[in-house]
Amino acid sequence: MSLYRDSAVVLRVHKLGEADRIITLLTRRHGKVRAVAKGVRRTTSRFGARLEPFCHVDVQLYTGRTLDVITQVQTLDAFGGGIVDDYQRYTSACAVLETVDRIVTEEGEPVLRLYLLAVGALRALSGRERDPSLVLDAFVLRAMSFAGWEPALAECARCGQAGPHEAFSIAAGGAVCAGCRPAGSVRPAPQTLPLLEALLHGDWDATTAATEPVRREGSGLVAAHLQWHMERQLRSLPLVERRESWHRIPEFLRERAAELDGSELAGAPAPQEN
Amino acid sequence: MYEGPVQDLIDELGRLPGIGPKSAQRIAFHLLAAEPADVDRLQETLQKVKEGVVFCEICGNVSEQATCRICQDTRRDPKLVCVVEEPKDVLAVERTREFRGRYHVLGGALDPLSGVGPDQLRIRDLVTRIGTDGVTEVIIATDPNTEGEATATYLVRLLQDFPGLSVTRLASGLPMGGDLEFADELTLGRALSGRRSV
Repeated sequence: MSLYRDSAVVLRVHKLGEADRIITLLTRRHGKVRAVAKGVRRTTSRFGARLEPFCHVDVQLYTGRTLDVITQVQTLDAFGGGIVDDYQRYTSACAVLETVDRIVTEEGEPVLRLYLLAVGALRALSGRERDPSLVLDAFVLRAMSFAGWEPALAECARCGQAGPHEAFSIAAGGAVCAGCRPAGSVRPAPQTLPLLEALLHGDWDATTAATEPVRREGSGLVAAHLQWHMERQLRSLPLVERRESWHRIPEFLRERAAELDGSELAGAPAPQEN
Repeated sequence: MYEGPVQDLIDELGRLPGIGPKSAQRIAFHLLAAEPADVDRLQETLQKVKEGVVFCEICGNVSEQATCRICQDTRRDPKLVCVVEEPKDVLAVERTREFRGRYHVLGGALDPLSGVGPDQLRIRDLVTRIGTDGVTEVIIATDPNTEGEATATYLVRLLQDFPGLSVTRLASGLPMGGDLEFADELTLGRALSGRRSV
């Protein structure tokens, strides 16, 4: 039985048998590892909430025949607490984890840069200092760059002519000049490609000036670029809440509830537009 | 490989959750050796389950009729609704014999990694029910894991401004029979913030 220890981010969990779970981890030195956590679903489990998605942990495992087995876990950062309290952050963080899971196809291959990137993204999401949608876009751009699919933003994706260019083609791999522009290219707002460039290089000061429509257009381009290269749709991406908005409760139901309660609606803030 | 129907039975049983190839083989040979009456009874029960069991149109729990036994029970308080993820959670709360209200089964938890968003759960039904049935308290009893917590947070934000409604969440903390040194930071943190005077 060979034991090894590593730090890791919990990417996914799957139920196994009566009380066990298969935990997908992105480790610092061993890349993606799928391991069994025995008895973790019991309320008296010694693992407790340490093996939930978004947790950054120090973990000890022993090599099994098919899957490794987790023997000890200690929390390094409990990012989950700061993420699940906010639906927008939760959906963004889920998209971060799914992107990592999909980009790393080989188990056991070290991917240190992606590991550090994922920890950084989860820390930024739980820290609540930045817009979660921008954090997700910045993470996706940098993760794609790590995987070899960095979009061309400053120069033409086909001929390499220095920009700025007006058109963007997902299939061509980024911004395209007027001469190379293929059919089906889009023409984003002039501020959108500089925003993506700022996100890719971590220039956060430059991102604060971007307006809501520009941010949304940037997110759309990033998502389309990611899905094009992944070849299959990411499940979490359509569910990412891009704004701090909530499903609207129909007004007639609120009125009906107020009638039943006999109280006035006064004081209850109106729901935001979706 | 066994011949024809025996192998088919092993394959079918092997598709059930928690049943591996060896268990499937053992069950198949048990059924082969069992009395015909026993096998008939099992067959009838399986058929009844598929044909006779529906989901309650009010709470979403499994039921034999259009509305379940709990929703029909007039002694239960209709103003108190406990929101759970699955029908098996209804049973877990019922076993406590402490709760005299009614239930609402969401049919899962918000899990974007599996493609489950608010529209895939019975959240809209819950909002309609609160708005029309005069519910005064909603107890959120989703699982104490990441998906369950995210679902609870979502429901709290959605329902907190509803007039005349109080929204509560099941308490969480240290389990009986455990050691404090093995408690994880999240659980211990919650136990501390939710401490009570004795």
